[in-house]
Amino acid sequence: MTPGQRRWVFGVAVAGLAAFYLWGLSGLPGFGNYPGPYGFAILHIAVQQTDATGVVSAVNFDYRGFDTVGEEFILFAAAAATAVVLRRLRGERERPAVDQAGDREVPPTSEAVRMVALLFTGPVMVMGWWLVSHAQTSPSGGFQGGVILATAFILVYLAGEFLVLKRFSPVALTDAVEAAGAGGFAAIGLAAVLMGRAYLYDFLPLGQMPGAVSSAGTIALISFFVGLEVAAAFILIIGEMLEQTLLIRHGGG
Amino acid sequence: MAYFPFVVVAWILCAGLYGIVTSRHLVHQIICLIVAQSSTYVLLLGVGYVTGAVAPYYFDVPAHTQAVDPVVQALALTDVVVEAAVTALLLSFAIQAHKRFGTLDPQELASLKG
Amino acid sequence: MTLAVTTPYTVPVGFMDALQVTILILVGAGATAVVLTRRPVHQVLVLSIYGVLMAVLFLTFQAPDVTLSELTVGAVALPIILLLALAKVRKREE
Repeated sequence: MTPGQRRWVFGVAVAGLAAFYLWGLSGLPGFGNYPGPYGFAILHIAVQQTDATGVVSAVNFDYRGFDTVGEEFILFAAAAATAVVLRRLRGERERPAVDQAGDREVPPTSEAVRMVALLFTGPVMVMGWWLVSHAQTSPSGGFQGGVILATAFILVYLAGEFLVLKRFSPVALTDAVEAAGAGGFAAIGLAAVLMGRAYLYDFLPLGQMPGAVSSAGTIALISFFVGLEVAAAFILIIGEMLEQTLLIRHGGG
Repeated sequence: MAYFPFVVVAWILCAGLYGIVTSRHLVHQIICLIVAQSSTYVLLLGVGYVTGAVAPYYFDVPAHTQAVDPVVQALALTDVVVEAAVTALLLSFAIQAHKRFGTLDPQELASLKG
Repeated sequence: MTLAVTTPYTVPVGFMDALQVTILILVGAGATAVVLTRRPVHQVLVLSIYGVLMAVLFLTFQAPDVTLSELTVGAVALPIILLLALAKVRKREE
């Protein structure tokens, strides 16, 4: 099929899709007139029930905690699958671990980049942990904080060499941390079951007042584990890709 | 204004699909898939919006202030992060395909055998 | 449900509408730009800008959590992963 024919077929198909979509659109109540009772019910009772002022995190880790377990395991599986797919194939060999770009003329990292990356690594880690631990009070949570934590490790790579990154985050340790994060989340849910309640029931004591960091029961704990897992997953993925780019060569390379 | 965000959602989705269909590079295809996925976030948040409401965080506004729907925000939030990991998996497939077949053109890849 | 919100952070509804329409148009244009850029290396940069535009869009939709996620993932983590994959592919073409 020539590209022109492909475009025509696509045009017909997308016209049909757009027609159905716009027809279904007419049944929506319009932008801004959200009618649904579920959202308003949650807004009314969330702060009293969970002592969490961040209602989105309360929904994520308490009311819909089961969905979040599923999403976290998607992340876990994707990171593991990346490591499996990017394995060393037959016919490739791993170069000795000397960080050189080989056939490319690479300018040395400029001093400005190194200084900025080194200066910001610490504050970025602190900000990542702050986001992870404040899921119940403000717009933060395990997912965002975990990605920012992974970014701190990328800064280490930018400031130095790939081998420095490998020393900071060896694959075995990152794997273990990721498994601990994912398993910890599931284990908290199971602990609730062992206490005779429903899976992922909020069983830790709610704090003194809503809005404090030590409040909202299991939400803070779950957010910590999720942050660990997301950070480890991203570090694993980027470490795998860096290894592919820098270390693995084909055949006689 | 009542339906404009949803029309933009359809536009973004169709743009992403057009990019996927007429692409000559696997990584270009993957990036167009990212664009098509991002249309669903706009749709989710557009459905839950309440005119004149604040964000659903009661840290500094009085309780029972009218807020937008928090459930769709929770969905979109995990969605964004998980999509990045799945994109990384797709990219690893593209890398291995390039190693194996030497080309990243999807229209050539379709006609390769074994 | 009452829609009378009088916190220190509210803006008039008409202003919010204009803001949302503007940023929606920019996002639509950004998506078109991402798709129409053919070279993947250039496309990654345009995708980064598109991520920032989406983050501002989510902010006008009163969703700061999703804004944070989209900023960190769409403007930082995803371009890094894409550029690494492109570097790997380009190295073999040399």
